[in-house]
Amino acid sequence: MMTALVVLAGAIMTVAAVFAVEAKKILDSVIAMSVVSLVSVFLFIAMRAPDVAITEASVGAGLVTAVFLVALFRMKGGDEE
Amino acid sequence: MRRLYAILIAAGFVYMMLSFLGVVPGYGNIDLCSRVSSSFLLKDVSEQNAKNWLMAKGLETKSIEKVYGEKNKEDGCANVVTSIVVNYRSFDTLGEVTVLFTAALGVGLILGGTRRKKYGLLPNFVFRESTRILVPLIILFGAYIFVHGHLTPGGGFPGGTIIAAAALLLYLADEEFFLSKVSTGALEGSMGGLYVIAGLLGLAIGGYFLYNFLPTGRVGNLISSGIVPIVYTFIGLKVGAELSGLITDLHSEEG
Repeated sequence: MMTALVVLAGAIMTVAAVFAVEAKKILDSVIAMSVVSLVSVFLFIAMRAPDVAITEASVGAGLVTAVFLVALFRMKGGDEE
Repeated sequence: MRRLYAILIAAGFVYMMLSFLGVVPGYGNIDLCSRVSSSFLLKDVSEQNAKNWLMAKGLETKSIEKVYGEKNKEDGCANVVTSIVVNYRSFDTLGEVTVLFTAALGVGLILGGTRRKKYGLLPNFVFRESTRILVPLIILFGAYIFVHGHLTPGGGFPGGTIIAAAALLLYLADEEFFLSKVSTGALEGSMGGLYVIAGLLGLAIGGYFLYNFLPTGRVGNLISSGIVPIVYTFIGLKVGAELSGLITDLHSEEG
């Protein structure tokens, strides 16, 4: 049960990470990176590391994504080309 | 086909979230004192019972069980991670705070400005109004996270980040909102200074830098473990002001 969950979480993280690299729009990449952070929060909880989970949730999934999005807005538009 | 993939991923995600909820013990069901304190005294974070472990080692078992409210021999943090981060390795944390300060300084040097940058977008009415309800709750939650850092998981860094998230929400909801650099800078500087002063007081009283010179109290109480909650409050306010200033820099332009 637990192993299957961890494997599922790892699979979602891998898919999201590959998508973050391969996506055409930077906006999609940022969202995929946020998904990687979010799933790793659940992994940390499952591994009984709640301190790391809280930090990852607030920094990784929250603030870093927001800073990336603001940086994208400052660059005027989300597309690379 | 894309929608099918999206539905599959969403279903897997929801299933995973619901399943991980089963891993976490329910509110109030966790036996914190027997789990944390004995493991803490033994420097052992595995799930086994402390008494059995000691028996297997053939060691003394008398008076090793810790109960809530007992006077403790160590520094009194119920949360082991906090006692490492803010007591045993507090100087490391001072360096970590300095790293964050340097990063915020770099952002301020590159992006800083005196005027609010406007995007010309009017946020949604629901979003604007609900922000006014949410922001005090978010700030309260951040303060709770760092004030209770020595009792429950969390601490200064995540608490400060949550406070900065409240500042970010205000920036997103209101085109006119602009935090004064003087206030965030003053709060950040004074809190960093107080952290160093706490360390120097320890040097004067106990003989080494960041010595825990206050009485450690009883395990599990809010006012316990000496200077640890005080230092974590300093760190939380400093990180919160620092990251709010960083977000201000991101939303400002040269005037």
